Amino acid sequence: MAIDWKSYTPLLIPAINNLHEISVYEKHNGYKALTSVLQDTRKWNPKSVIQEVKEANIRGRGGAGFNAGLKWSFMPEPDGKPRYLACNGDESEPGTFKDRNIFEFNPHLFIEGAIIAGYAMQVNSIYVYIRGEYRSWVYMLQKAIDDAYVKGYLGKNILGSGFDVEMYVHMGAGAYICGEESSLMESLEGKRGYPRVKPPFPAQRGLWGRPTTINNIETLSNVPLVINNGSMWYKQIGTETHPGPVLYGISGHVNKPGVYEYPAGMDIMTLINDVAGGVRGGKKLKALIPGGSSTPPLRGEVLEGLTMDADALREAGSMMGTAGMVILDEDTDMVDLIWRISVFYHHESCGQCTPCREGTGWLEKTLYKIKSGNGEMRDLDLLLSICNRMEGRTICALADAAAWPVRYSINRFRDEFEKKCKKTVYALA
Amino acid sequence: MTDIYTFDSHDLQKIDKLIAKYPEKQAAVLPVLWYAQDKFGHTDASVQKLVAKTLDIPEAHIHGVVTFYTQFYEKPMGKHVLDVCTCLTCQVSGGFDILEYLEDKLGIKTGETTPDGMFSIQSVECLGACGYAPMLQITNDKYVNYLTREKIDKLIEDLKSGDEPDFESIKMRQHLNGSDQ
Ligand SMILES: Cc1cc2nc3c(=O)[nH]c(=O)nc-3n(C[C@H](O)[C@H](O)[C@H](O)COP(=O)(O)O)c2cc1C
Ligand code: SF4
Ligand code: FES
Repeated sequence: MAIDWKSYTPLLIPAINNLHEISVYEKHNGYKALTSVLQDTRKWNPKSVIQEVKEANIRGRGGAGFNAGLKWSFMPEPDGKPRYLACNGDESEPGTFKDRNIFEFNPHLFIEGAIIAGYAMQVNSIYVYIRGEYRSWVYMLQKAIDDAYVKGYLGKNILGSGFDVEMYVHMGAGAYICGEESSLMESLEGKRGYPRVKPPFPAQRGLWGRPTTINNIETLSNVPLVINNGSMWYKQIGTETHPGPVLYGISGHVNKPGVYEYPAGMDIMTLINDVAGGVRGGKKLKALIPGGSSTPPLRGEVLEGLTMDADALREAGSMMGTAGMVILDEDTDMVDLIWRISVFYHHESCGQCTPCREGTGWLEKTLYKIKSGNGEMRDLDLLLSICNRMEGRTICALADAAAWPVRYSINRFRDEFEKKCKKTVYALA
Repeated sequence: MTDIYTFDSHDLQKIDKLIAKYPEKQAAVLPVLWYAQDKFGHTDASVQKLVAKTLDIPEAHIHGVVTFYTQFYEKPMGKHVLDVCTCLTCQVSGGFDILEYLEDKLGIKTGETTPDGMFSIQSVECLGACGYAPMLQITNDKYVNYLTREKIDKLIEDLKSGDEPDFESIKMRQHLNGSDQ
């Protein structure tokens, strides 16, 4: 059934003036979910909050689409020692620019969601990791946090419940890899952002060796919606396997790029043509990168009837990722584009694992050679073989993220790569 | 060699507050480096030494951190550092054209600083403003969106005369009363 998107009213970022101010937020049911969780003790306790959120199946908006409530349930029983929630606002996957809108337009929704998550997992310290480039948004969130302290939503004995939680903002300093959850923890601990070998998983050994859960900013912002309206209501939004609202970050060759909020599972052509005003200059659509630079590009022809949700995109040979959709028109040089993506991953590889450190470099070099007209046909096989040696063989998923765009664009746009390559000449042929 | 860079008692008070946010002192390395860079304009070897001394953490660790993160300046930079995004969406929206235009205009290459010390240019990775491409960031602070040559001309004039751009809030089109839809 097609989504009635025209009558959809945004829930994560409603069109309310000055909603970032705590008094305005409170007027529009703000902190009602938190109040209910902390005061309606017949209905709510940490376990029942986790249960409700798990049933709602909020799929992680940071890229992997994992059920948030299920992740929370992996936290061990409290033992009286510290445990942590880390909120991931690193937002560095190229093509992604949505979480900053939450900081700017509805920061209290996120703060409220994070406090409820903190209560559910019985943590007393929440760290919000924000990429260093977002300094302006760091200040906005800090202001909102300060206001929440003044109103008693943060700090000691929140709303007289006996529950204490502190919230701190930690600013990164320019490193994509720090969005990877274990790298984020290293960075928070004041080190270089080298991802950790898993297991142990963060719920066992996270920040400072203590149980930790990491969630994306948008993921946590869905929590108050679920608490206020129930998981049944939440699941009416979006698709059966991918419920809830999504912030679609639409960029590239469209007339009206920007962040739009609609249910998950939106028809891709509707998003491009009706929501984002169609391809710029009346050009033909060539390709879509559906959810950030690491998600495999799809050819324009396969987008008819395809929807933006985890299952549909997996079936189509890509991923939902961060829902940062990059629209590419017929004039786009795919080889040039993929080369630049490989520059990114080479630059951002932390260098711990040989397949990633060397592989990203080889991808970049080989693509540069092809792009400058010096490549040979056999370089395409070389590229694919480098991908084979990177995928699934490293500490974190950056190596996979680097390999996928290369592999799938060679698969799907091979003619463009071949056009730039000289025929391979074998010495003794 | 006397230490050129020092923290005064006011700085140290602020730094104590930063340290108090964490269960372990080492976690304050990034915030204190930011504090130092805001004060001194960079985090070169002498600043790294000061931060190491202040936090009682080996200089080698501080150096490792500074070199890992791209926003810490390992040497003094121009007064205004223009970080032009040439990544993904910005690439296909003219990011490299903007970069070249700036190079020509300022007479320097990417990675260089003008002789008068006013401007440095860098080519950077996605800054999370893809919907507003092409764009640049000024000295780790304000974003300038929807760049054109004219906008660059004006920006350079403004910066030369001491005018820093304001924060630009970009509303969601969906919120514009449906009139734009
Ligand atoms: C290389 C790499 C970069 C990542 N960058 C981000 C990021 O910027 N923001 C984010 O929320 N998740 C990022 N992730 C995913 C996180 O590791 C983690 O899965 C996520 O924050 C969990 O939150 P969620 O379950 O709410 O989505 C990244 C993962 C990898 C492998
Ligand atoms: S895969 Fe790459 S980024 Fe991830 S830990 Fe290994 S070297 Fe670092
Ligand atoms: S690609 Fe330039 S801001 Fe994202």
